Amino acid sequence: MRSMSRAIKVDYLSRVEGEGNLYVEIENNQISKVELGIFEAPRFFEAFLRGRKYVEVPDITARICGICPVAYIMSSSRAIEKILGIEVDECTDILRRIIYLGEWIESHLLHVLMLHAPDFLGHESIIGIAKENPDIVKKGLKLKSWGNSVMKVIGGRSVHPISCRVGGFYRIIRKEELETLIKHSDVMGRYAEDLLKWVLTLKIPELKRDVEYVSLKGVNEYPILRGRVVSNRGLDIAEDVFEEYVETEQVRYSTSLRYRIRGRSYYVVGPLARYNNNYHLLRPEVREVIESYGYGPQLSNSFQSIIARAAETYHAVLEIKELIKKYSEPAKPYEEGGVMEGVGSAITEAPRGILYHRYELDGKGYVINSNIIPPTSQNLASIERDIIAFNDELVKMDLSDLQRLAEHVVRNYDPCISCATHFIKVINIKINT
Amino acid sequence: MSKLKVAVFKFSSCDGCQLQFLNLEEELIHLIDLIDFALFYEARTYVEPGPYDLSFVEGSISTPHEVELIKKVRDESKVIVTVGACATSGGIQALRNWANVKEFQNYVYPRPEWIEVLKNAEPPSKYVNVDYEVRGCPASKEQLLSFILQFMRGKIPILPISPLCIECKLSGNLCVLVVNGTPCLGPVTMAGCGALCPSYGRGCYGCYGPSVDSRTLVLNRRFKEMELKPKEIQLLFKQFAGWSRKFREVIEEYE
Repeated sequence: MRSMSRAIKVDYLSRVEGEGNLYVEIENNQISKVELGIFEAPRFFEAFLRGRKYVEVPDITARICGICPVAYIMSSSRAIEKILGIEVDECTDILRRIIYLGEWIESHLLHVLMLHAPDFLGHESIIGIAKENPDIVKKGLKLKSWGNSVMKVIGGRSVHPISCRVGGFYRIIRKEELETLIKHSDVMGRYAEDLLKWVLTLKIPELKRDVEYVSLKGVNEYPILRGRVVSNRGLDIAEDVFEEYVETEQVRYSTSLRYRIRGRSYYVVGPLARYNNNYHLLRPEVREVIESYGYGPQLSNSFQSIIARAAETYHAVLEIKELIKKYSEPAKPYEEGGVMEGVGSAITEAPRGILYHRYELDGKGYVINSNIIPPTSQNLASIERDIIAFNDELVKMDLSDLQRLAEHVVRNYDPCISCATHFIKVINIKINT
Repeated sequence: MSKLKVAVFKFSSCDGCQLQFLNLEEELIHLIDLIDFALFYEARTYVEPGPYDLSFVEGSISTPHEVELIKKVRDESKVIVTVGACATSGGIQALRNWANVKEFQNYVYPRPEWIEVLKNAEPPSKYVNVDYEVRGCPASKEQLLSFILQFMRGKIPILPISPLCIECKLSGNLCVLVVNGTPCLGPVTMAGCGALCPSYGRGCYGCYGPSVDSRTLVLNRRFKEMELKPKEIQLLFKQFAGWSRKFREVIEEYE
């Protein structure tokens, strides 16, 4: 008699940032339950931010995530600047964009090359790829290293940079400091182009699912520091009203909250959403490569997020080079603004998608209340739905393939569990037939 | 010579310190010829069971589950190195140690009763013996690499002990405290970052924690002479390494 129940238990989800688990249950050839659990310990940032001085907030919230600290610095700085009535000048804006793009490169390369590509090629880590294709690994690591250099030149260090502050930077960043980066930018452009081409040749699984993609909308440039919040289903709102449009949920198996569009359903944020909502703003050189491989303005499933990341990497290298040329030193390093009570919120595009911060300050500049919505929390429910969409394939697979595919789906979203839980590593698959 | 068997464990943290291993980039490719990352969930799926020659531990201990886990890590490790501010002093999440964690749960979660945490976030050394500490928020990748290379050769790894001021002077910076009157924790903070903050025109915020023989009470007196408000002095110490004993001495004066 065929066994009535099969079960797989893997204790730690690997190649993700943070600790989580996945539980998949199959009954009568149907996936009956998928639970992406987060057991990363809660760290209560919103709670201990109360009573901190506004100027400390970017440094503190950066510690939510070591992989995307600049994202936290920028969302919090912009939210607070709205309260203080600060509008930064163009030079500061350019610098912010450069360091943020540097972070995209560093974070995307980490994911594309070290965490995600092994899934497409049947390896357990980058080591396997390095043996098979040392050239692409070498180029990829040089790109990652250059992204880190961009962050280091402006920020002092790449993990938890120290130069950024509310209103600008602690000191004027000199044009010649930035120019040290230009030297390698042409080579990096070629490497990024090669990386994109390599990614475009990967065998990418098919998956059909109707998804709402939410991102910022760029006006003249690919969105990163600001923009309206839009989706392919007609969402088009200002960042200030974002909380009115999303509902918060808590599930028992997760220390991360999750989100859905009010009155609708779950949604997806991240490189895929940005790409689909802003394809025309990618540099023409990038689009040309993409189109020469038969892809276009709309990517259709989460596996293709690797294309969006590689495309954004190439775009970022080209844009950084241009921005450095455009940069001129500001007259003063930062704007002071006037301390006053009020509420401010802001959204920027973290490597993993839109990152929302809201702060309420008292008249002396101390935080009274805050709310932070990181990208990964917004994607958690969609990861589960992607797995359910694979029902017909998954139920036919043997356990090890099933597990491999389910893990691959999780990694498509580059989940950053430290972010999600600022407050995953167990895969647990149970099958009852 | 068989390869050193290295493990990288994560507890309550931001992942930034273990990311520093991956940030070694090209050096990493050479490093894996010399050592074996036998357990490193963030980087690879394959896991080799313990015991491990050298275990790097990132993060603080903040849940009952983590207490059990760190004891297991101790049992499976010949040498434990705690890495970063969370693992050496409790990190930023240790700010809750002065507050009511129940109230924190209620503030952040709609269903606080589903959340299981300890009252305090503590460094692993609170629960197990720790052999070495690599400081910083984040730890510096150069220090991690140097630690591994020294350790592999059988040396007792040399780590910084002096205050940040030494590095700051060597960098040729003007003293932000003396010249600009900017509050700076450099005189009491462990060196290791290369005096980054003063080099960018701001005071050190103490993310490497107290230096050996750190005179925090003396600096506290100096801040009072500068007429800083008690709350400002407290917040300055109450950051990423606030729960370290030396910084606590000042913080608790103002609680």
